[in-house]
Amino acid sequence: MSMKIHIKNGRLIDPKNKIDRVADLYIAAGKVVSIGKAPEAFHANREIDASNLIVCPGLIDLAARLREPGFEYRATLESEMDAAVAGGVTCLVCPPDTDPVLDEPGLVEMLKHRAKSLNQAHVYPLGALTQGLAGKVLTEMAELHDAGCIGFSHADAPLIDTTLLMRAMEYAATFGFTVWLRPQDFFLAQDGVAHDGEVATRLGLAAIPACAETIALSTILFLMRETGARVHICRLSSRDGVELIRQAKAEGLPVTCDISINHAHLCDRDIGYFDANANLMPPLRDQRDRDALRAALADGAIDALCSDHTPVDEDAKQVPFAEAETGATGLELLLPLTLKWATEQKVPLLDALAKITSEPARILGLNNGHLGLGQTADVCIFDPAAPWRVEARALKSQGKNTPFLGYEMLGKVRYTLMAGHGVYEG
Amino acid sequence: MTPNPQLTDTGALRHLLTIEGLSAKLIHSILDTAESFVSVGEREVKKVPLLRGKSIFNLFFEASTRTRTTFEIAAKRLSADVVNLNVSASSQSKGETLLDTVDNLSAMGADMFVVRHAQSGAAHFIARHVAPHIHVVNAGDGRHAHPTQGLLDMFTIRRFKKDFTQLRVAVVGDVMHSRVARSEIHALTTLGVPEVRVIAPRTLLPKGVESLGVHVFNDMQAGLKDVDVVMMLRLQNERMSGTFLPSAQEYFKYYGLTADKLKLAKPDAIVMHPGPMNRGVEIDSSVADGGQAVILPQVTFGIAVRMAVMSMLAGA
Amino acid sequence: MKLPDPEQLTQQLALAIKPRLRANTVLVGIHTGGAWIAEKVQQQLGGKLPLGTLDISFYRDDFSRIGLHPQVTPSAISFEVEDAHVILIDDVLHTGRTIRAAMNELYDYGRPASIELAVLIDRGGRELPIAADMVGARLDLTENQNIQVTLDPNNKLTLSLHER
Repeated sequence: MSMKIHIKNGRLIDPKNKIDRVADLYIAAGKVVSIGKAPEAFHANREIDASNLIVCPGLIDLAARLREPGFEYRATLESEMDAAVAGGVTCLVCPPDTDPVLDEPGLVEMLKHRAKSLNQAHVYPLGALTQGLAGKVLTEMAELHDAGCIGFSHADAPLIDTTLLMRAMEYAATFGFTVWLRPQDFFLAQDGVAHDGEVATRLGLAAIPACAETIALSTILFLMRETGARVHICRLSSRDGVELIRQAKAEGLPVTCDISINHAHLCDRDIGYFDANANLMPPLRDQRDRDALRAALADGAIDALCSDHTPVDEDAKQVPFAEAETGATGLELLLPLTLKWATEQKVPLLDALAKITSEPARILGLNNGHLGLGQTADVCIFDPAAPWRVEARALKSQGKNTPFLGYEMLGKVRYTLMAGHGVYEG
Repeated sequence: MTPNPQLTDTGALRHLLTIEGLSAKLIHSILDTAESFVSVGEREVKKVPLLRGKSIFNLFFEASTRTRTTFEIAAKRLSADVVNLNVSASSQSKGETLLDTVDNLSAMGADMFVVRHAQSGAAHFIARHVAPHIHVVNAGDGRHAHPTQGLLDMFTIRRFKKDFTQLRVAVVGDVMHSRVARSEIHALTTLGVPEVRVIAPRTLLPKGVESLGVHVFNDMQAGLKDVDVVMMLRLQNERMSGTFLPSAQEYFKYYGLTADKLKLAKPDAIVMHPGPMNRGVEIDSSVADGGQAVILPQVTFGIAVRMAVMSMLAGA
Repeated sequence: MKLPDPEQLTQQLALAIKPRLRANTVLVGIHTGGAWIAEKVQQQLGGKLPLGTLDISFYRDDFSRIGLHPQVTPSAISFEVEDAHVILIDDVLHTGRTIRAAMNELYDYGRPASIELAVLIDRGGRELPIAADMVGARLDLTENQNIQVTLDPNNKLTLSLHER
């Protein structure tokens, strides 16, 4: 269908192409055809007045659990894809810790097919690095890649056998696949539910020291030097971890990394009086860690922000802190929390939005996350000043579990377009 | 962030969940109230009708005979109806959630829950969910708090030493895993004790323990010097061999309280222990049975303190 | 309204009690005013009668409404109540609820042979069927008026009338 769309009067921010000015956007046949000036004989089928709104590339979320297959009681593809586009997310990466685990090409194909039929955001699954995420046997990475896996991850499952980790990285490197790893030493993190510091001491919670991250991260970096594998470090949480990444990048290692929106804003004090919504992995560390993460995101040591969207059903959070299931919902908070970070860290919007558009695209090796001419028109149009309160009924996701419950946010998506086609209107 | 469920909007005590956050004034008023209840325990008829008609449910998810018994005695002396639930045996194993258990018991007319649970924060969790007229007393949650123990320990110190602001107090043992230690430390610092010491090997001290307001000693000889009160902590079996400590014998040699080590403290120093004691592990029998030990009075005072807590909450 | 002299009233009470003394008489004053008066009466009667005090905080009937009074002093009954002739002494008799609570508490110490009640002031306004056997003075007060007995620094009782 050759729909012609004219988005007018909006402030166009395209980080990759360094555009930040009020300019009209013209879309035809699902692609960007002009910026600023209408093309010859352009008669719009649809006009969107984006006055006082920001027009940017559809957001790319590097980590969002959709809970299918297997965890439909927590959330379904339908509800979470609704949440994604309501959050302005047009492309997301999902980890392989589904049930069954995404270690078979057939499962990946089915997931991609299901997602595609919903005609909402693009879903890029990560394949499991080992069979069943059991950490013992490699998966058929090449087959999984052909089925649509954009990389290989071990989610939150422990990979204790260093030899196997090295082999997995070597095998992935054979084909040029990126390995996604969250650095956490299995033994140091065992039974821990909070950061090893003053808060855990006061509250009497079993703790995970920051060195659980740095020890595992050092192992991964040394294995990168051995194998030449490209690695994306997921959900960094400590200031010492940031320093290791900085050094690795200075050395020229092919490493990228992200932090979650939760860690960009919160620290262990936000556990408060044992709020189970603050039970996260990695744990929220102390204020100095949080401040180091925020600064590193600004100076580029950390490449991207993601939601780490993990919907958990209410019963699993309505238990004493340490018994609660970890994780927070986040697809609909990715944008407002990025804006909040930008304001507080005094980062220009052009650079801030890069963390959730062009930088994730670069990490994924995809040519999306920008609105250059001829580019598929995946667009997010939002009101940066619109206030809203984070509460259960404001969220489309089935997961209402977030430590930001009750917070006032600024930033609401008004329109989300996929290839010019409207998939959300708020 | 969730608000502090321990207090009402006006700052009155609705539940007793932790000593942290209680003012010195409030702690003293609890101790003053407990004073009157001590005399009740010395009468022939050890009952007062204060909580007549009230139902107090002892909800113990972690087995404990002594604490449960003292709460039961305290409640009965207030003329309350007491129901003991050893939940570890029944519904939890059938998969009933904690909230469902609490809701069911509330529907049976509970006015107060006395809760002991293996998880830190369990009492806070229950307190956030009960109906407004129901009060929760934390009888010990994981490693976090055991406020009535902290209060009865303060009552004991006040009885024997009178003025907190002139004391040196040492807390000895497994601070890392101890809810009693945390409650004692909060109470001591709140009541103005100028020097609170913890004495333990490093593996038994949690990260950043100084932030609780204590001086850390790994050397017991140095730590006990000129101390007025020695508060011993129980060493649990699980810690005694393996990853935290190599053996009970080595622990006793370096961190056990013997008559010799006690001589380093002030001559009129008192020795306390929350019980039950591991004789020969953290404390020598000669000290436990000696003239400086106030361990049995602690137990008696524990009943009066719990009576005070329950009547203050119920009358709120 | 001219208020009577409470020191004089105390002397009158002591004189009224004197002929009623038996071999097993004990004096019990109700905190706080009644305790002061009971002590003075004991002194005036020779200083040898057994003297006890009751704090009725734990026996009040309004606990669930107003909660526990923050200042609770322990009751002190060091003698045997069982088979004793108790003369209960209080400062002001009003609704009668304090006396009801005091008798309940007394019974938790033992079964007295008999109880007589001596009050400094009876201000009327009874809500329970309670009457004093010995009264220093009767005053007719309204609901808005409140009479209080206090002890001055010279250990002298004083009376004051307050309007709410």
